[in-house]
Amino acid sequence: MQLTSRSKVVSNKTMTFKERIYLPAIFSGMMITLSHLFKKKVTIQYPEQTRPVSQIYRGQHTLKRDEIGAERCTACGLCAIACPAEAIIMVAAERKKGEEHLYREEKYAAVYEINMLRCIFCGDCEEACPKEAIFLTDRKVDSDYQRKSFIYGKDILVEGIEPDKRVDVSKRETAAVAEFKTHKEYDHNKVLKRNNK
Amino acid sequence: MTSEYLIYKSLLVVLVFVITLVVAMYSTYAERKIAAFLQDRIGPNRAGPFGLLQPLADGVKMFMKEEVIPGTSNKALFILGPAISILFSFLTGAVIPWGSAVNIMGSEYSLQIADVNIGILYLFGVVSMGVYGIMIGGWASNNKYSLLGAIRASSQMISYEVAMGLSIIALVMTTGTLSLNEIAAQQQGWHWNILIQPLGFLIFVICAFAETNRAPFDLPECETELVGGYHTEYSSMKLGFYLFAEYINMFISSAVIATFYFGGYNMPLIARFVHDSNALAILGVVFLFAKIFFFIFCFMWVRWTLPRFRYDQLMNLGWKTLIPLSLLNIVITGAVMMRHEIFQLFVK
Repeated sequence: MQLTSRSKVVSNKTMTFKERIYLPAIFSGMMITLSHLFKKKVTIQYPEQTRPVSQIYRGQHTLKRDEIGAERCTACGLCAIACPAEAIIMVAAERKKGEEHLYREEKYAAVYEINMLRCIFCGDCEEACPKEAIFLTDRKVDSDYQRKSFIYGKDILVEGIEPDKRVDVSKRETAAVAEFKTHKEYDHNKVLKRNNK
Repeated sequence: MTSEYLIYKSLLVVLVFVITLVVAMYSTYAERKIAAFLQDRIGPNRAGPFGLLQPLADGVKMFMKEEVIPGTSNKALFILGPAISILFSFLTGAVIPWGSAVNIMGSEYSLQIADVNIGILYLFGVVSMGVYGIMIGGWASNNKYSLLGAIRASSQMISYEVAMGLSIIALVMTTGTLSLNEIAAQQQGWHWNILIQPLGFLIFVICAFAETNRAPFDLPECETELVGGYHTEYSSMKLGFYLFAEYINMFISSAVIATFYFGGYNMPLIARFVHDSNALAILGVVFLFAKIFFFIFCFMWVRWTLPRFRYDQLMNLGWKTLIPLSLLNIVITGAVMMRHEIFQLFVK
């Protein structure tokens, strides 16, 4: 079976004089390396330059707020169940009177932690979320020296209330995505049902 | 011997010493840059503009590193190894004619530290002493990789010195002198020795690569087989000395190649435009350094192009190819030089 059109039949023939003195081959090899001297460099100077990523890149998560700035998350736990890496834990709490501007519904996540070292950025949490609360964004998770700092709590995950601190997820939160989520026959919903059994 | 003479000579010595150091220092930078460019990378560019302070940073790092002398090593020899290596690398610079004589206020000042009439022999003597640095270092480390590297280095250098010497004999036959200054002076205008001795040049260059332990002849320190070769056990500035000695050797080899075969400080046609002898001498130094830098570039260019020889290939090339070729070169050179006598022999 021929796997590639560039395959060559290896032969053990004796070399000609030109091949045996090696100098022509050495010269042509050196010309090849010389031509690379003038080629465009492929390096990306990281902290100053970054490689462009897709707008629907699956990077660091964000917990969205609604229009008035209340957290959308209701601590239903579907994201934690959907998570194949078991990176999400949460503690639910009941909303008190006077906290309506902070939490959208009666139940909210008092603690919401994602272990970024466990997370595989698959996006299943986002798919499972019925409240459009968690999204993956095109931001990268920062590096650090200590493992414990990779457990991101609500202080990092929840977006800011101020308009300029909101995280834009419009590319991931499209009408088509919302439509897709309503179809109960699709796999993502079936998986959840199976887990709930 | 006047005090003026002493001052001028010591000034020249210090100058050559400093220039050698700086060139070797920036050779490390150039090596990394050229390696990067040949591999479509950018190379060091963080320390200073274009990474120009990188050699200084490397030097500081070398000095600051922990100095480890293995407990089982022979301490005196362990320290002696790198010292010998770097000492003899510096000594070779003494006989290189860096330029023609400069005339200051009526007295001639030659730009060569010592114009010994057996300059080539001196050069060879000093270069072969360099083997001791590697051999002693490798032996004193008491480590099998170091020892193997040292044995490879010494056998390689001894083998290639033979071919190198033979290729130089042909050059000595045509130039009729052992003084480097005269060899350089003879090559005025277009009379470069490369045109007279192309085969000798080729052999000499290949041997120079082998003598400096540069790729494709870098078997003494090949990382894939010998961890680090003869300097496996070395750390801190002792390792730095070994690495530095290699770059100094490369610089001096380039200077020797330029002087022997590429006219040294001479440049064709320049005498037509510049008539002042002092300006010519200064320009000569510039030309010599341009040639040296070109050859240093070639050393690096080859290193990042060709793969390393296998040990048996190395020995085959040295003993079965280069030595017979250089002998043939001597015979041909002799025959061409004596062509009238040979011709008359047949005419009679």
